[in-house]
Amino acid sequence: MARMNMVQALNSAMDVMLGRDPRVVILGEDVGYFGGVFRCTEGLQRKYGEHRVLDTPIAEGGIIAAAIGMGVNGLKPVAEIQFADYIYPGFDQVVSELARLRYRSAGEFASPVTIRTPCGGGIRGGQTHSQSPEGIFTHVCGIKVVMPSNPYDAKGLLISSIEDDDPVVFFEPKRIYNGPFDGDPHKPAVPWSTHPRGEVPEGHYTVPIGRAQLVREGKDVTVIAYGTMVHVAEAAVRIAGVDAEIIDVRTMAPLDVDVLCTSVCKTGRCVVVHEATRFGGYGAELVATVQEHCFWNLEAPVQRVTGWDTPYPHAFEWEYFPGQARIAAALKEVMEPQ
Amino acid sequence: MTPRSRLHVPSPPARPGQEPDFSYVQISPAGAVGRPDVMAAARDVEDLSVQMVRVLDEENRAVGPWNPHLEPAELQVGLRHMLLTRLFDDRMQKIQRQGRVSFYIKSTGEEAVAVAQCMALQPGDMLFPSYRQQGLHVVRGRNLVDLMCQCLSNTRDFCKGRQMPIMYHWGKGNIFSISGNLATQFPQAVGWAMAAAIKGEDHIAATWIGEGSSAEADFHYGMTFAAVYQAPVILNLVNNQWAISTFQGFAGGEHRTFAQRGPGYGIPGIRVDGNDFLAVYAATQWAAQRARQSGGATLIEHVTYRAAAHSTSDDPSRYRPKEEWRAWPLGDPVLRLKAHLIALGEWSEERHTQLEKELDAHVTACWKEAETYGTLSGGPALDPLTMFEDVFKEIPPNLVHQREELRQLLETRAKTAAAAQPQAKEG
Repeated sequence: MARMNMVQALNSAMDVMLGRDPRVVILGEDVGYFGGVFRCTEGLQRKYGEHRVLDTPIAEGGIIAAAIGMGVNGLKPVAEIQFADYIYPGFDQVVSELARLRYRSAGEFASPVTIRTPCGGGIRGGQTHSQSPEGIFTHVCGIKVVMPSNPYDAKGLLISSIEDDDPVVFFEPKRIYNGPFDGDPHKPAVPWSTHPRGEVPEGHYTVPIGRAQLVREGKDVTVIAYGTMVHVAEAAVRIAGVDAEIIDVRTMAPLDVDVLCTSVCKTGRCVVVHEATRFGGYGAELVATVQEHCFWNLEAPVQRVTGWDTPYPHAFEWEYFPGQARIAAALKEVMEPQ
Repeated sequence: MTPRSRLHVPSPPARPGQEPDFSYVQISPAGAVGRPDVMAAARDVEDLSVQMVRVLDEENRAVGPWNPHLEPAELQVGLRHMLLTRLFDDRMQKIQRQGRVSFYIKSTGEEAVAVAQCMALQPGDMLFPSYRQQGLHVVRGRNLVDLMCQCLSNTRDFCKGRQMPIMYHWGKGNIFSISGNLATQFPQAVGWAMAAAIKGEDHIAATWIGEGSSAEADFHYGMTFAAVYQAPVILNLVNNQWAISTFQGFAGGEHRTFAQRGPGYGIPGIRVDGNDFLAVYAATQWAAQRARQSGGATLIEHVTYRAAAHSTSDDPSRYRPKEEWRAWPLGDPVLRLKAHLIALGEWSEERHTQLEKELDAHVTACWKEAETYGTLSGGPALDPLTMFEDVFKEIPPNLVHQREELRQLLETRAKTAAAAQPQAKEG
């Protein structure tokens, strides 16, 4: 086992797959010679050559379209979109093409593209470098949507995504690239080397797509979160002093309904947490799923803690971010409904 | 008066009731344009994007350096494919008018583009068409029954009822799936070609876009990626003058030719007489050779005319002169190749009539067979439960649940219908 931060774990996943499978290619803006603006592809072009790790023009629609064509021709492309906020020029290629190709050709054509993209705020990125658009993609049938919360899962899930025969949009919460951020920006940064999920095997392993992870066992309330918010929720639970069960969704689509609902049926209470905006967001899907399966076990209305329904403001990042205090308040509310 | 800015809103030379006017179409004499070496630098062949490559002259002879010198037997095959495409289109349009398929798109007047190009390519080359290149399927030997069954969404529909008519694909024939979202195939073809080069294979890709949809960002993505990586791909822009009701000026065709966009990206642009079978063949051959020798991509503008309506849902008499197609200066691709073969002494009116009869009978036989696999109004039908397949490789749990829900609904519906039937008879 090695100690890795999330960037190193993702790099290792791509390294392993480039080495194992000649069909794997990496493409994206700045991913080649430079190794990516977040360093996720550092050293890979040097090791595997310019035909396996390609710098591209600044054209997200072109990157995704080219990746689709490569996938149709038998390659396994891993496309990086430098920020999730930049993915929209490629949206038509994802929604109308990548997600539908297998369906519209009744299985004769498919393209197993993995799209990696950093998401989330807390890095002074303002409204164009902080978005969490996962809910936009979970609404599209035909793609799988993944977001890891730690280095171990990041590597295992990325390998699973690359090996998957269906397209995957793989969101990387960039605030936790270097450490498990608990939502308090004033505390000194904590590195992944202090965290058990910072222990990452150097070789090949997988974390299955479609499985949620129980992060903390508890009996009072279930907190459902993913990405950065898993760590913020852990801190909030400590503050609130409740015996909460925390579940890391890990794969937004397909959703592991059993793990979520078994937990909520046991605890009878539920708080859903995400950084993305609230209205029409992925949290609404989680709440609906919980009430469909657990209604008769619920002791209180399910709460949502999310980003406000505004763009992510540069100057008010920490007023926007759904931090420990808001989650703790929701826990209190769900424990003692007014 | 102080000067102020004004918009230029393009307007076609003629609207309904006016005299057709194609004076804006610049035409070079047949044989007048030089044929450079296939590995010439893009900057040295810019002339090709302004002139018009033509081979068939006014006396129906093949002339000049672009003459591909095809054997008469090959020309006869080309004529046969174009004629079959046209007769197939005509029949499907009639069938649509009878309400037996929901929608159809003809390629009338543009048959040379798909047919000559496909004949100039190799079977392993991958084709990424738009919706008006049915000739590609014809050339690659597709059974017309398959295409008809797709239009019928019947039990033999290779799309399993998931696509509108004419949105064909053919894995075995290396013809990609057609998307209803225009232009998306253009950069995908470039990605396919990049992969061929990465894998060290010598197959190339070819893709088609209309002049209208060349306004989409996908055109720019495709051109940029093709230029940057010198991908082995032929980028075809079919300029048929009309994008539903907007003439080519609305796609930016008033100021420069579409082929001239190629040199802007560092890609050779060839402007070709799209109704000249031999010129289209020769330009494609040039671009294919260049691509196979690592010379990179070529943009070919096919200057042609959409003689038919955009689709069966369109009525062109509302936006262009009814008889405009008669005035089109580049004529009809079928008639021109036929006249050339006759001039060569390799064809006759009698043989042509005979061929038409034969192909028409073939289309009739195919349609009769296609109908036996089901129609919109009756016969065998697809199982609606298949709609849950192929969203993913394996059906995920949520879709298993939804499929079960629909299965129960259909069962109940069938029971209700069965119960209602005897009562209806008594009544």
